[in-house]
Amino acid sequence: MATVVPPFECFYAAHRAEVLGFLGRRLGRDRAEDAFQETFLRALRAYPRLEHGEHLRAWVLTIASRIVLDDVRRRRPPTTSDIDELPELADEHGRLPPFEELAPLTDGLPPTERAAVVLRYGYDLGYDEIGAALGSTEAAARQAASAGVRRLRKEQP
Amino acid sequence: MNEFSLALDERFRAAAVAEGLLDVAYDVLADTPIGPLLVGVTDHGVCRIWFDPEPERDLETLARLHGSRVLRASAPVDRVRRELDEYFAGRRQHFDVEPDVRAQPAYNQRVLAELARVEYGTTTTYGTLAAQSGNPRAARAVGTVMNRNPVPIVLPCHRVVGASGSLTGYAGGLDRKERLLRLEGALL
Repeated sequence: MATVVPPFECFYAAHRAEVLGFLGRRLGRDRAEDAFQETFLRALRAYPRLEHGEHLRAWVLTIASRIVLDDVRRRRPPTTSDIDELPELADEHGRLPPFEELAPLTDGLPPTERAAVVLRYGYDLGYDEIGAALGSTEAAARQAASAGVRRLRKEQP
Repeated sequence: MNEFSLALDERFRAAAVAEGLLDVAYDVLADTPIGPLLVGVTDHGVCRIWFDPEPERDLETLARLHGSRVLRASAPVDRVRRELDEYFAGRRQHFDVEPDVRAQPAYNQRVLAELARVEYGTTTTYGTLAAQSGNPRAARAVGTVMNRNPVPIVLPCHRVVGASGSLTGYAGGLDRKERLLRLEGALL
């Protein structure tokens, strides 16, 4: 049975230290402060649409990664290494969440399409949730995911 | 958490409040004359006051009744905190903050609305309150509603006693009921 979505306070208390550590390593302390707030505000906006309490750690780290990408991209043109900035997602038992299996397949996609494909097909989020997590809209998330899938198909030998 | 992340933590909580993103803001009032209280507030008023808080259990109840965006944040609770301080100091006889009982069953809401009219320093009985709520024989049901009152003190279930004048019962313990009635001068 799917677990119930915990009260936001419990979710926040469980993950804030790790999110801040991740953001600090990627962005440095000063920029991490704004990114920290933005990560949890985005999570809070999307929170009522979560249908269960699974993979919340991976979910919030995905939001944080996306904010890192946005921040980095604002400061200089993106490079391919940005795409590899997703954090280590294994849980405490060393298991990877299902969507990590998609990671190698989606490596070559542009960041937005990659995030949308992984969240949609690996994590089974709705487009409204993906839009909220990526700081864009439901329509934009749908478009990014389908563009990503088309690109993957084209790249199949 | 170190100093840096404590400031950051407070900043996030304040931003969540400022954006209106919370279903319930709560805080623990650590030292009142009747012990610690956990106070929950929605956009519609104070939705919960718990004696002897157990945050793990209490937050889950708040999330189930009001929505999952439950976050500790002091500013939204300030008004209740101030009014309770004044009440305990004997400087307030009526609460201006609205109780939010929307999550309660319809019958409970009717009884709690009658309870809200019982004035400071007076007492009533379960039977009287039952009659005022539409059924004179429902004294026992009224007792259950009092026991489950989500916002004690603000909705004064401590002012409801047995027909014989005995204190009968109180979800927060009879000691607290007696203490509140003494504070109000309803008991000598």
